[in-house]
Amino acid sequence: MARTNRSSLIAILVIIGGLIAVAFVNSNSLGNFGITLLSGLFQGMLLFLVASGLSIVFGLMDVLNFAQGAYFMVGAYVAYDAQHAGGLIDLTQAIPDPNLRFPVAVILAVIVGALLGVILERGLLRPLYARPVFQLVLTFGVALVMAEIIKFIWTTTPYSWTEVFGVRESFFELFGQRFSTYRLFVVGMGIVLIILIALLLRRSRIGIIIRAGVEDREMVQSLGINVQTVFTLVFTLGCAIAALGGAVAAPFLGASTTIGDIFLLQAIAVVVLGGMGSYEGTAIGSVMVGLAVAVAQDAAIGTSFAALPSITPMLLLILVLLLRPSGLFGNAR
Amino acid sequence: MTDSILEVRDIHTFIGQFHILEGVSVSVPVGSITVLLGRNGAGKTTTLRSIMGLTPPARGQILFDGKNIAGKHPHAIAQLGIGYVPEHRAIFRELTVHENLRIAERKRGDLARKADFIFELFPDLKRLIDLPGGNLSGGQQQMLAVARALVPDNRLLLIDEPSEGLAPVIIEQLMAAISRLAESSSVLLVEQNFRVASRLAQQYVIIEEGQSPAAGKIDALVQDAALVQRYLGVA
Ligand SMILES: Nc1ncnc2c1ncn2[C@@H]1O[C@H](COP(=O)(O)OP(=O)(O)O)[C@@H](O)[C@H]1O
Ligand SMILES: [Mg+2]
Repeated sequence: MARTNRSSLIAILVIIGGLIAVAFVNSNSLGNFGITLLSGLFQGMLLFLVASGLSIVFGLMDVLNFAQGAYFMVGAYVAYDAQHAGGLIDLTQAIPDPNLRFPVAVILAVIVGALLGVILERGLLRPLYARPVFQLVLTFGVALVMAEIIKFIWTTTPYSWTEVFGVRESFFELFGQRFSTYRLFVVGMGIVLIILIALLLRRSRIGIIIRAGVEDREMVQSLGINVQTVFTLVFTLGCAIAALGGAVAAPFLGASTTIGDIFLLQAIAVVVLGGMGSYEGTAIGSVMVGLAVAVAQDAAIGTSFAALPSITPMLLLILVLLLRPSGLFGNAR
Repeated sequence: MTDSILEVRDIHTFIGQFHILEGVSVSVPVGSITVLLGRNGAGKTTTLRSIMGLTPPARGQILFDGKNIAGKHPHAIAQLGIGYVPEHRAIFRELTVHENLRIAERKRGDLARKADFIFELFPDLKRLIDLPGGNLSGGQQQMLAVARALVPDNRLLLIDEPSEGLAPVIIEQLMAAISRLAESSSVLLVEQNFRVASRLAQQYVIIEEGQSPAAGKIDALVQDAALVQRYLGVA
């Protein structure tokens, strides 16, 4: 136990230290270094919002929810549409102040994500718990169907965010560089969520049940706990958080039918490199992959190696699995 | 018959396509210990799992308090007041001792009410309360598994091979605890160690190749060396 923890800690420190060192060497000023770090943390937090649901649901239910990226996408569209004039959901009349409208748009996106999550778990997954492969195919199919429905409602043209509002536009200066306050806000929100979910898992009864269920679902049932209800709750929460990710990403990334795909792929890499089903691994893995991608984006500027950022998560995954075959916090099981 | 808390009647259980139980009947009188005896692979664990609903029987009846519970979900069966201590000390290794006990609460305050009784039976657990279950020794884990089943008000405990792989001193302590807790609830025990079983239980049921060919008072079995030899291979 203790030895596992120490060796994973060393692996984490070496990788994150290495990434920060590369970022530092690569940037010619402290300002640029800061930009890369903030961008890495920003992407890492968005990634965490997709990966946390993927990881906890996998650990508890043995379902790898390939639709997780689609929930991110739905979140982005709902928040975009609610914030902007015209479209299906238009809150511009009801809430004229865009700074007030945005949080409402985000909450709306989370609610839609949660509702779609309940529908998927109760309606489609539940009959298939005895057949894991079917579930995998099913979540993949659901992702495709959701993308088609989105295209039907919002067409295939990507939307870029045009509505100007305070937090999104504001900057602060440091080391002679302008930093986005909004990115800092998303990073802060991500950190708060990481801590809140950790507290939920550590301290609450439902959290104890979730951790116990990851270990031995049958025994949890034998204690008189209805795990089906716990499944629905956890799955719904995972979808809602992914939708939250899409909603807070939208002011920067806009909304498009492919927006969830990159995050889903990266999230799968995070879940595996963190150690399947480990919450700590997912949180740290998200930050790691986010940083690595930002460093790669920075390094790829002005070179012909434009694909570097998109293959970076997989390179990092390979590196981690070479160091620790069961992932950062995985126990060989 | 009316004073049986549990009445398993001719159950047949399949695992996949394998017909594992081919007609098992077990009766557990209120307020006593009944032991399932039989060789490895005879179907003792499957019998307990069938009662819990983990491998539901395809045929037959399981009457708890006179009501048929066969086919109910495991969590619903547990909520009726049945505690399960599976073989191989199935505690939650990542959860602390305290969390292992807390998760077994069925009503708020269960643990607070039972804590004194549990720590009196197993004083070690009090000292280890904040350690992860996986850090405990085999004997301590088994005590935790039994303690966990004592947190809610269970009227029947199903305990599967508690002494397996434990040192004699620890077995003594566990068995003393089990006979104490039989004062407040009925017990269906699986125990391979015939000497231990015969001291503890009042009734026995032999399980052999997925059936229950013999049952009765344990005193009668102790006298019947031929029967013991035939089904258990010990003299
Ligand atoms: N999951 C399973 N798949 C196939 N056969 C099983 C399974 N579990 C148990 N069995 C078989 O069922 C029989 C009874 O097993 P079990 O109830 O565990 O016996 P006991 O507890 O008496 O040692 C054994 O022959 C065993 O091989
Ligand atoms: Mg057994």
